Amino acid sequence: MPAVSKGDGMRGLAVFISDIRNCKSKEAEIKRINKELANIRSKFKGDKALDGYSKKKYVCKLLFIFLLGHDIDFGHMEAVNLLSSNRYTEKQIGYLFISVLVNSNSELIRLINNAIKNDLASRNPTFMGLALHCIASVGSREMAEAFAGEIPKVLVAGDTMDSVKQSAALCLLRLYRTSPDLVPMGDWTSRVVHLLNDQHLIVTSASTDLQDYTYYFVPAPWLSVKLLRLLQCYPPPEDPAVRGRLTECLETILNKAQEPPKSKKVQHSNAKNAVLFEAISLIIHHDSEPNLLVRACNQLGQFLQHRETNLRYLALESMCTLASSEFSHEAVKTHIETVINALKTERDVSVRQRAVDLLYAMCDRSNAPQIVAEMLSYLETADYSIREEIVLKVAILAEKYAVDYTWYVDTILNLIRIAGDYVSEEVWYRVIQIVINRDDVQGYAAKTVFEALQAPACHENLVKVGGYILGEFGNLIAGDPRSSPLIQFHLLHSKFHLCSVPTRALLLSTYIKFVNLFPEVKPTIQDVLRSDSQLRNADVELQQRAVEYLRLSTVASTDILATVLEEMPPFPERESSILAKLKKKKGPSTVTDLEDTKRDRSVDVNGGPEPAPASTSAVSTPSPSADLLGLGAAPPAPAGPPPSSGGSGLLVDVFSDSASVVAPLAPGSEDNFARFVCKNNGVLFENQLLQIGLKSEFRQNLGRMFIFYGNKTSTQFLNFTPTLICSDDLQPNLNLQTKPVDPTVEGGAQVQQVVNIECVSDFTEAPVLNIQFRYGGTFQNVSVQLPITLNKFFQPTEMASQDFFQRWKQLSNPQQEVQNIFKAKHPMDTEVTKAKIIGFGSALLEEVDPNPANFVGAGIIHTKTTQIGCLLRLEPNLQAQMYRLTLRTSKEAVSQRLCELLSAQF
Amino acid sequence: MIRFILIQNRAGKTRLAKWYMQFDDDEKQKLIEEVHAVVTVRDAKHTNFVEFRNFKIIYRRYAGLYFCICVDVNDNNLAYLEAIHNFVLNEYFHNVCELDLVFNFYKVYTVVDEMFLAGEIRETSQTKVLKQLLMLQSLE
Repeated sequence: MPAVSKGDGMRGLAVFISDIRNCKSKEAEIKRINKELANIRSKFKGDKALDGYSKKKYVCKLLFIFLLGHDIDFGHMEAVNLLSSNRYTEKQIGYLFISVLVNSNSELIRLINNAIKNDLASRNPTFMGLALHCIASVGSREMAEAFAGEIPKVLVAGDTMDSVKQSAALCLLRLYRTSPDLVPMGDWTSRVVHLLNDQHLIVTSASTDLQDYTYYFVPAPWLSVKLLRLLQCYPPPEDPAVRGRLTECLETILNKAQEPPKSKKVQHSNAKNAVLFEAISLIIHHDSEPNLLVRACNQLGQFLQHRETNLRYLALESMCTLASSEFSHEAVKTHIETVINALKTERDVSVRQRAVDLLYAMCDRSNAPQIVAEMLSYLETADYSIREEIVLKVAILAEKYAVDYTWYVDTILNLIRIAGDYVSEEVWYRVIQIVINRDDVQGYAAKTVFEALQAPACHENLVKVGGYILGEFGNLIAGDPRSSPLIQFHLLHSKFHLCSVPTRALLLSTYIKFVNLFPEVKPTIQDVLRSDSQLRNADVELQQRAVEYLRLSTVASTDILATVLEEMPPFPERESSILAKLKKKKGPSTVTDLEDTKRDRSVDVNGGPEPAPASTSAVSTPSPSADLLGLGAAPPAPAGPPPSSGGSGLLVDVFSDSASVVAPLAPGSEDNFARFVCKNNGVLFENQLLQIGLKSEFRQNLGRMFIFYGNKTSTQFLNFTPTLICSDDLQPNLNLQTKPVDPTVEGGAQVQQVVNIECVSDFTEAPVLNIQFRYGGTFQNVSVQLPITLNKFFQPTEMASQDFFQRWKQLSNPQQEVQNIFKAKHPMDTEVTKAKIIGFGSALLEEVDPNPANFVGAGIIHTKTTQIGCLLRLEPNLQAQMYRLTLRTSKEAVSQRLCELLSAQF
Repeated sequence: MIRFILIQNRAGKTRLAKWYMQFDDDEKQKLIEEVHAVVTVRDAKHTNFVEFRNFKIIYRRYAGLYFCICVDVNDNNLAYLEAIHNFVLNEYFHNVCELDLVFNFYKVYTVVDEMFLAGEIRETSQTKVLKQLLMLQSLE
């Protein structure tokens, strides 16, 4: 390969670039540039027609000046002239200028498009390449209008060279991304298999001569990555043979990771690991082969201790998604010590950040105390940039996995102590909600905040929490002379003058609550309220409170005081606003992985008791409680089509003919639906444009489902309207509540919708999720079954063999039993079967059935109206590759439905 | 997909900027400055990856030059890291130095287009790319 000499071919250009580089100051540079611009302008305007070489040189100089950051307002016409030159070098400079300085000057666009059209038709592969690269670089809508129809022809033409086809395919991809409505997919897909591969056209050329594509002893790493990625656009293959072959491939990749390296070069290991990480992504995407998931986890475990920082980082990141798979969660947990160590020793903050994410993802009831403690201790030294996020995570984990709420209270107070500035309102509102809702922790909370307030310098957030809690529950510790009412009051009041106005307002409310709780401190408090600093405070809010509270304490009888200042009623149970905050902070796309998943059915999601009516006679404590009540979002709208958004209403109406029709169920929807019967998280639907992911959790007869709509394109979805549809039969039995989502979904963005679910009575059908939106110029309409099935409301019941068979006999009416004998559709693997029965929701009873090959399970279906006990027995017959499944419940319809659902799983 | 490719020197001077999505000129300038700010503070013990807005930057440093590729968050980090190394500038310019990129800026674009197009990796065989570039060179 000949070395390229400096600016060869264009001496004038090289001289000019040297001049610019030699300029000592910005002024000198500008002067030199202006001189050059004047020179070029005069050449372009001169009478003498310029030859191609000079034109090329001057256009190239203009381009250089533009790239230095100066505006260029002429030369476009000369550049366009170069396009029709027959010399490659002139044409190339013309195209480069056009690609870099796109100008939507309509006259020029017509000329440019003409030149491109000529080159595309030239049959000269070099010229065709230049034209295609220009279209791919500019990728504007005008280009799409002009060429979206042309390029597929180039792509399929028999005489087009491979390298030109490569460019044409990618060019088409670019146009498809910017203007999908203009690319004639429908007409061409059947004719052009390549088009289906869109971005993967490198495939065709790569397969021909593999040795060219071996990179540091790794065969075709980029191609392998592309293919593994392509597979992630699809669900796991149904055909057992294909599935087996794929599993074999993935195992081979995992095996190769264990082989000694063929080279010590980092390029070798990077290329090999690029393929490995993509294979692991596919394994996680399929989320169906426990064996592969666990092997993937072990492999990543090795990387956690690797000397390459890149690998440690990627292993932490990848493990984070593995932690949310039911199959590999336990395996991930075994690496907890290594991850904690990473938190303490990694030098790169982004690696520590991944370690925090992973600890959060692997947290469950068994390791929550350890993980929360480690996060708290890390918080003391954590980088400022990630403190708030850690605070939110600790607060969520502490609440979610609290068995003992004293631990929860301690944790939150520690958070305030260590990182008070980063504790947002959501966090301290939440601790108050929880303390108010749980009477077993109120005394402890009062005692603890009282002790914490003793510190000479405590964070204002602690004063807020302390003031609120003592105002409500100070009486629970008033018996102890060390925390008598007067001491409590003086303690709080000693912080008063250091606090901001909102906190002072809150404290004034605490004082009036004290007047009710402790009549003996009433005179002291009245004195304080009466003082000039309160009654004549310059702040209107404080002054008004002082006046009103003083008056209230004077005129109201004890009974009235007691009624008005009664203890706050419990807060209605709702989604933790901290979680919402974390999602907002991290951006919707990244949080799905962090979003806690349901692994432990007994987890008390909100920690609160059943919702209580909010309207009692008690007057809520003025300021903070008003905020508290406003915490949740607006009341949920009934499930049904949300109203069309105001501004675009007219436009919607024009299309409402098509929009009002609900699409038939998407193909493959049934299969996907069945996959969710035994699991709660995963991808429900995916096509070229849209991905729908689900995460859900259920407890007794209630559930909550998070639906994630991902826009896979780079173009907005407009009028995006998901609608939940329950048939007339289903409606009385299943209550769904949700709120409309934002009608615009940006390209690459993900939006989330929460559905609150209540099972009123047993049901058979599933609700349908219909999604309508506009993409480019086209109307999209998709329907899928939403996997809310009766078994989701299962609570497992453990019982001994004797009890099981006794109950089994009690349910011996013919209507109570439903049996199904069917052929195995999947390999008959004991461990997988067990996982499925547990995933189905019933308890798996070991050593109950006299035949150890059989599986038996028991559980209770919770509905609002009733509870239905269920027993099940699954008898595999390996030789015949058959199963017999028997369900016994007290209700025929329930037996029938559960049997149907579970049969489809094996 | 690749959102943009930047080659910058330590001082922040751009030696190549190739954009695969629409940005206006002010936005491009802002991105260039931000990228420079996030990569130059990192040392050899750090990863070659940086979270960047809604994307991530995969970068590699060669002497005084930073090669940065901005991709989607779920793209394969190591594959792009090696795509940078596979970039044939070194072979094409025979031990490339910053000055080669300055004086031959208009050729660098051709090299990029051979290897990356429309935000995707177009061709990864160095042999093929060099053969094609040699052919184009002969057309001078």
